[in-house]
Amino acid sequence: MIIKRMTQMGILLGVFAIIGTAILAITHEQTKERIAENERNVLLRNLHAVVTPDSHDNELFTDTIEVTDAKLLGSKKPVTVYRARLNGKPVAAIFSAIAPDGYNGNIKLLVAIKADGTLSGVRVIGHRETPGLGDYIEAERSDWITKFTGLSLIQPDERGWRVKRDGGNFDQFTGATITPRAVVKAVYHCLQYFRQHQQDIFG
Amino acid sequence: MTTSYNTIIKDGLWDNNPGLVQLLGLCPLLAVTGTAINGLGLGLATLMVLVSSNVTVSLIRNLVRPEIRIPAFMMIIACFVTAIELLMNAFMHDLYKILGIFIPLIVTNCSILARAEAFASRNKVSYALTDGFMMGLGFLLVLLAVGSLREILGHGTLFQGAHLMFGPEARQLSITLIEDYRGFLLAILPPGAFLALGLLIALKNIIDNRLAQKTSKVIVAETSAVTAN
Repeated sequence: MIIKRMTQMGILLGVFAIIGTAILAITHEQTKERIAENERNVLLRNLHAVVTPDSHDNELFTDTIEVTDAKLLGSKKPVTVYRARLNGKPVAAIFSAIAPDGYNGNIKLLVAIKADGTLSGVRVIGHRETPGLGDYIEAERSDWITKFTGLSLIQPDERGWRVKRDGGNFDQFTGATITPRAVVKAVYHCLQYFRQHQQDIFG
Repeated sequence: MTTSYNTIIKDGLWDNNPGLVQLLGLCPLLAVTGTAINGLGLGLATLMVLVSSNVTVSLIRNLVRPEIRIPAFMMIIACFVTAIELLMNAFMHDLYKILGIFIPLIVTNCSILARAEAFASRNKVSYALTDGFMMGLGFLLVLLAVGSLREILGHGTLFQGAHLMFGPEARQLSITLIEDYRGFLLAILPPGAFLALGLLIALKNIIDNRLAQKTSKVIVAETSAVTAN
């Protein structure tokens, strides 16, 4: 008697599971292309915020390499570098670098460095800094992040690559010094990496 | 208990509001209400899940035996949440990114299972549909109110990021209420969510007390005794 009832229940639950899974499979099938396209668009929008669309003529998604440098790129895992070229000549390299010492963990950055070693642009693409204090590194919240454009290892010099409180050139925010300090350091490290490995990156 | 559309509507929006009275689903309520639009987005997602799960549960209420009703309800809810997560990812990608983990977490919102168990599994489809919609709407309005309150106090704006939800034309919906506002940080941080919700609950209790005073003198005596304590 109990066995019969158990079987009935099991079959009933199984039927529900099959119907549910079918609904999910159909939804997934219907939406997956659009979701993939959305993700590509978001990435492309971020990449084009640091390298203008008309400065290159290659497909940024496919022209990538993976590099690893725990000290300078902020992660033990491989970091993707997108390469922008015009008529086959290197224009800029975009590092998806990480600032590991944010106030609340990793800050994900896109750092675009032109072939001549100057910064084409920097954007924050992911972070968990305090809202209202540390989120001024976002381009939507303030223009702080845009001030990196045009800078290089020579301009300013090594001592300038710090926040003002540490004697450097970069503004910090009221109540949040750790966040901008982490970003400035990560961008500086990225420039150093680029100087050492420029040949390999565009090779 | 007699059921009518009037009581269902009144329960969902006011008397038994999931956000203000049942206090269910506090985790998303407090976590995503940094701005009005975020609150509205999660409110809409929860509303859709509530309506679909209530209708489905009511449809199969005579089929499901008591022993397996909880796993069956959970499976239904989980399926709808995942489907809605996929749809939001496809059609409201930016908002989806902001709400992040809180969309899949709708599964754990107790008010959805509570409505399935306490109402939808015992009532006909049209009642279950109304109940799901009204409970969802009640929850959405609380999310929107807490979000608006925190956004105004914290950023001095209202409906910032409306384009994430309604497309680029909705950019004009964003209002800057206070120019050059430095922001009241506490309102944006998690404690601000508790304070805002507490204020709303207090406001609801005040209104309820006033209404009660008007209706009956007996109740007046009781409530004043309670408030005096």
